[in-house]
Amino acid sequence: MASGKQKWLVPSAFVACLLPLVWLGGRYLRSDLGANPIAEVENRLGFYAFVQLLLCLACTPLNLLFKIGWPLRLRKLLGDFAFFYGCLHLSSYVGLDQFFDWGEIGKDLVKRKFIMLGMGTWVLLLPLAITSTQGWQKRLGFRRWKLLHRLAYVAGVTVMIHFILRFKTLNRETAAYALVLTALFAVRIVYWARRRRARAA
Amino acid sequence: MRMRASEITSKSLYLDRRRFLTLGAAGAVGLLARRAFAKGAEHGAKLTSVKPMGKYDTDEKKTPYDDVTSYNNFYEFGTDKDDPAAHASKLRVRPWTVAVEGEVKKPKVYDIEDLLKMFPIEERVYRMRCVEAWSMVIPWDGFPLGDFIKKLEPTSRAKYVAFETAVQPDTMPGVKGFSGISFPYLEGLRIDEAMNPLALLAVGLYGETLPKQDGAPIRLVTPWKYGFKGIKSIVKIKFQETQPQTTWGQYGGGTEYGFYANVNPDVDHPRWSQAKERRIGEFTRRKTLPFNGYAEQVASLYAGMDLKKFF
Repeated sequence: MASGKQKWLVPSAFVACLLPLVWLGGRYLRSDLGANPIAEVENRLGFYAFVQLLLCLACTPLNLLFKIGWPLRLRKLLGDFAFFYGCLHLSSYVGLDQFFDWGEIGKDLVKRKFIMLGMGTWVLLLPLAITSTQGWQKRLGFRRWKLLHRLAYVAGVTVMIHFILRFKTLNRETAAYALVLTALFAVRIVYWARRRRARAA
Repeated sequence: MRMRASEITSKSLYLDRRRFLTLGAAGAVGLLARRAFAKGAEHGAKLTSVKPMGKYDTDEKKTPYDDVTSYNNFYEFGTDKDDPAAHASKLRVRPWTVAVEGEVKKPKVYDIEDLLKMFPIEERVYRMRCVEAWSMVIPWDGFPLGDFIKKLEPTSRAKYVAFETAVQPDTMPGVKGFSGISFPYLEGLRIDEAMNPLALLAVGLYGETLPKQDGAPIRLVTPWKYGFKGIKSIVKIKFQETQPQTTWGQYGGGTEYGFYANVNPDVDHPRWSQAKERRIGEFTRRKTLPFNGYAEQVASLYAGMDLKKFF
């Protein structure tokens, strides 16, 4: 049973995940999106999706490192929000940036790794968002469900490269995020190797 | 105490805030999270006796001053578009000298005050197309680079002109950090490009002294090339026989940005298309024109050259 404090964990995280969108909306209402508002909205939405996915991928490492259980209870929510912001980001590219210029979008998709990786990430997250419920977990069986949801790691890598390529240079900001993602994977690998060794012994 | 005009909140902004506050809880959260988004520069000193040129001017709608001075690429001050407006105010623009070196009969270090008085200042309303597929229309004030070069009397070995931006580590946060490019920022032109009447050394915009984020006190403007060719805050001009190394030209082993960097809708950047652009202030993208619409003035410079190879 969730204790008093824990009862509020998921609902308050839900509200927190919505805050970036509220903030962006506020900036829109104040005409505070700068000289290139379309690029700003598109970039911010993409950034939120990226950060949500990183947070989602941070849950298990946090659990392993600090032996705390609550991050695991946020995994589904954070993953769903990563997809939610990913959808908004993709819509802003299609509807605002390219203004439904399907020819140009098609060309972008085949010619540019950067766009391919972004859309690829969205495609990877789609089945994960659909099957993120307990019902689907039962329907697929836990082993298969878990295997499917390992796609989140692939999505982490593809979105990272997408994020790096979006800037003209590899700068401090992108390098820092790449380091965070690498650290998250490193924690998993270390614990996985340890478990294997323990089992073999 | 006197208040500067820029400190007074405009009525529309005030009313917008009222409307915003009435949004209640959501608004309060947004307000808390409010980040001071860079607004345009404070206005510089009015330039006197600027003569309108007219001949090369576009009559397209000018990009508002606030946008021209808040949306910039100037990596010395950071890699984000709003970094230059936020940090460039510390740039020391006096004393300022421009060293002229290399293959000229009269190498000399020019004081900026003398340079500013050397030629009549003309207004040029040019399109500016950034390699990132956005564009502006900017009323620059300056003098033709070619007029200056003629005065310097380049030797017959002067085939290229190399430019260099100032490096002030104490005023430029981006220089100390890791931004992916090396400093000083370097640019260059072939001598015939530099002599083209479109090439301008700008010292102002909108009839006022050049704001620091736009490359004060003196910068290059070559409207038929991508914006990054327009090197800012110039301290050195060198004439030489060989093609100069350029900052973006060296980036990524020279695969992403060429030396020429002429605006060309048919040659894509490896990571994005150059076919269209978003004019700042407009919603849908517009088609990009070859040489940014200046083909009539500059296309002959590149006659017989494969522009896909020399991009």
